[in-house]
Amino acid sequence: MLRNGTRSKSLEVVCSTRSFRRYSGNPPPARLNAPIDYSITPLLHHTAKSLQTSSLSSKSPAARLNLFQAINGALTHALRTDERVLVFGEDVAFGGVFRCTVNLATEFGSERVFNTPLSEQGIIGFAIGCAAQGMKPIAEIQFADYVYPAFDQLINEAAKWRYREGETGGNVGGLVVRMPCGSVGHGALYHSQSPESLFTHVPGLKVVMPRSPSQAKGLLLAAIACNDPVIFLEPKSLYRAAVEQVPTAAYHIPLSKAEIMKEGKDVTVISYGHPLYTCSAAIAAAEEELDVSIELLDLRTLYPWDRETVLQSVRKTGRAVIVHESMINAGVGAEIAATIQDGAFLSLEAPVQRIGGWATHMGLVFEKFNIPDVARVYDAIKRTVEY
Amino acid sequence: MLGRGMRARCVKPLRQRLPAWPSRRAVTTDAASSHAEKEHVPSEDDKPFDVRLSDESFETYELDPPPYSLQTTKAELKRIYSDMVKIRRMEMEADRLYKEKKIRGFCHLSTGQEAVAAGIEHALTKEDHIITAYRCHGFALMRGGTVKSIIGELLGRREGIAYGKGGSMHMFAKGFYGGNGIVGAQVPVGAGIAFANQYNDKQNTTICLYGDGASNQGQVFEAFNMAKLWNLPILFGCENNKYGMGTAANRAAASTEYYKRGQYIPGLKVNGMDVLAVKAAVEYGKQYTVAGHGPLVIEYVTYRYGGHSMSDPGTTYRTREEIQRMRSTNDPIAGLKQKLLDWEVTTEEELKGLDKEARTEVQKEVAEAEKMAVPEATPQILYEDIYVRGSEPQFMRGRIPEENYYY
Repeated sequence: MLRNGTRSKSLEVVCSTRSFRRYSGNPPPARLNAPIDYSITPLLHHTAKSLQTSSLSSKSPAARLNLFQAINGALTHALRTDERVLVFGEDVAFGGVFRCTVNLATEFGSERVFNTPLSEQGIIGFAIGCAAQGMKPIAEIQFADYVYPAFDQLINEAAKWRYREGETGGNVGGLVVRMPCGSVGHGALYHSQSPESLFTHVPGLKVVMPRSPSQAKGLLLAAIACNDPVIFLEPKSLYRAAVEQVPTAAYHIPLSKAEIMKEGKDVTVISYGHPLYTCSAAIAAAEEELDVSIELLDLRTLYPWDRETVLQSVRKTGRAVIVHESMINAGVGAEIAATIQDGAFLSLEAPVQRIGGWATHMGLVFEKFNIPDVARVYDAIKRTVEY
Repeated sequence: MLGRGMRARCVKPLRQRLPAWPSRRAVTTDAASSHAEKEHVPSEDDKPFDVRLSDESFETYELDPPPYSLQTTKAELKRIYSDMVKIRRMEMEADRLYKEKKIRGFCHLSTGQEAVAAGIEHALTKEDHIITAYRCHGFALMRGGTVKSIIGELLGRREGIAYGKGGSMHMFAKGFYGGNGIVGAQVPVGAGIAFANQYNDKQNTTICLYGDGASNQGQVFEAFNMAKLWNLPILFGCENNKYGMGTAANRAAASTEYYKRGQYIPGLKVNGMDVLAVKAAVEYGKQYTVAGHGPLVIEYVTYRYGGHSMSDPGTTYRTREEIQRMRSTNDPIAGLKQKLLDWEVTTEEELKGLDKEARTEVQKEVAEAEKMAVPEATPQILYEDIYVRGSEPQFMRGRIPEENYYY
């Protein structure tokens, strides 16, 4: 049906039986929206060999780690190699609610890894002060949803520090703020938000979101080394789900550099964080069924972002689909779409598509309808191709 | 019972529920309350002698009071005097330039509060740290900024202390972290600064200032909690000038005893109009924190002569008589001058010389600042210092493609 159907009919696949039955029953087996199988997704390095053929190839041995273990590894390395590194936040001494800081307090002592009161504004202000003194504080906000009281500190203090300090050479570049973000399926209003676009609006901050354990380790170490304040958003649904080979040695992945994860020539799909897995599944289906070749880009750093890689890719393919989990209105996708029409207008074969969370809040039971699923991404690719 | 009480309160007319009388201020604000015996003042400029502070200089909360005497020298007293005169002169020049429409935007003057900035600085070394809010000109000058760079900043000139990008509220110097436009935001930042110094085993202290208005901000209490929890070497300092913008302190705060508002942090209330009492309090506080006793909350009882900012005449929420009374009887500069003469530390003649020196110096630097060229709004200036120099993104977007700036 999809193969021959018009654009407006393409969604019927998902709910074709609904028009006949007014009562609920077992849904038909989903063709597109099957759960992501993290053990076979091509986005993760399941074997040491795949790691060696990637951009992360190194002589270092690798170990199978999930996302929180990889982050824990990066934090351990940073604490071990630089006395100025501090890790603090709510409950981090016990390992944190997502286990990212497990064992750190035991190894490095309560002087460097410690719990803070439940005061986000205080935590970030405090971290900024530490950073102003040349320390490298890694502050954890327990959930990205809790960051709003600290918004003032991040925007008015951290982002502007270098700009307003004159010639004293002062900066708060040592600051990294880690926070778990995104949906898990049942987090509801205050545990499922992705607030990245609120921070990408502000020059002075760098905003990073990794897609996998090996990426997270390299990006987090780069963020810690970076001499500008970095907001590091971790997709919480990947903490345990995403497991892959991660080099045991330390390495940096450059910030503000996107990665072409899969080359293609007809459509560019741009995404970051967790929806990349959704995109990957949609691309697999689309390539098989629509006879197209699709390029997949991981933005990795959301601000300042890698315009050049995105523009080059779109100039090549002529079509772009942007996918993110946070709300579509004034989201990261809006900025990318605007940049594409500005910088690659004459190459475009179809309007740039944006697929994001609907412009509403995360209702508990509606979470999975709210965030982009495989069918929506597939549909966007299809519409772009058939335009 | 409860119901009746609540009803009774509800029917009370509004006016009765808002006490309009001024809060009790038990420490004196007499700027000339210290005492030294003439015959104990040595003839040498740099030979130390003792000054006795008034019994009403301090009030304490869960704290042994600081010694009521202060060791100083004639040279230091004269330097303190000059510093206060210089701050006032500079603020007066800023006032003039603002009224001439040369300084635009926001400008908060500290006229009347000079004893706080000068007293604190003379109790510290350059290894200590100060962070404050928007009434910061005096502190920037004390910490090592020049009149020229501060006025240049107010004028928005490239040679200003923050390249003219901040203006009145935003000034940095060594050991000075602004200059901060967001009420109360500097307080947790101060806690972080203190922590970093404690972590690095520095034997210094951090002075973290805020106003009586900011005292009611939630983050002040967040910072108090952290500071006490982790025993940080920090002296929180509430500059109580009696009015948070245009609202009297007692109309905005359930308790105006700001030195007690750290609850579990010992407090010290100081006569903020007597520069010597301020110096003594901060010296004591510094020793206290360096010895590892943790934070203190110090309340500097002071008074601002001008309005909250340049657009506030400052007379709608307080009487002209009140301002006049403070100016004529409690002025920190006149008070110290009186003492210097009484104790024969200096002569009328020499003081006049110091006044004149401060005036000419300030005027000269202000004139130089006024001559600085207005900076051009080139993209290079607009987009610098957002990220580490040399590591910027390839370009920053302007309003139109032509305005995009490529680093």
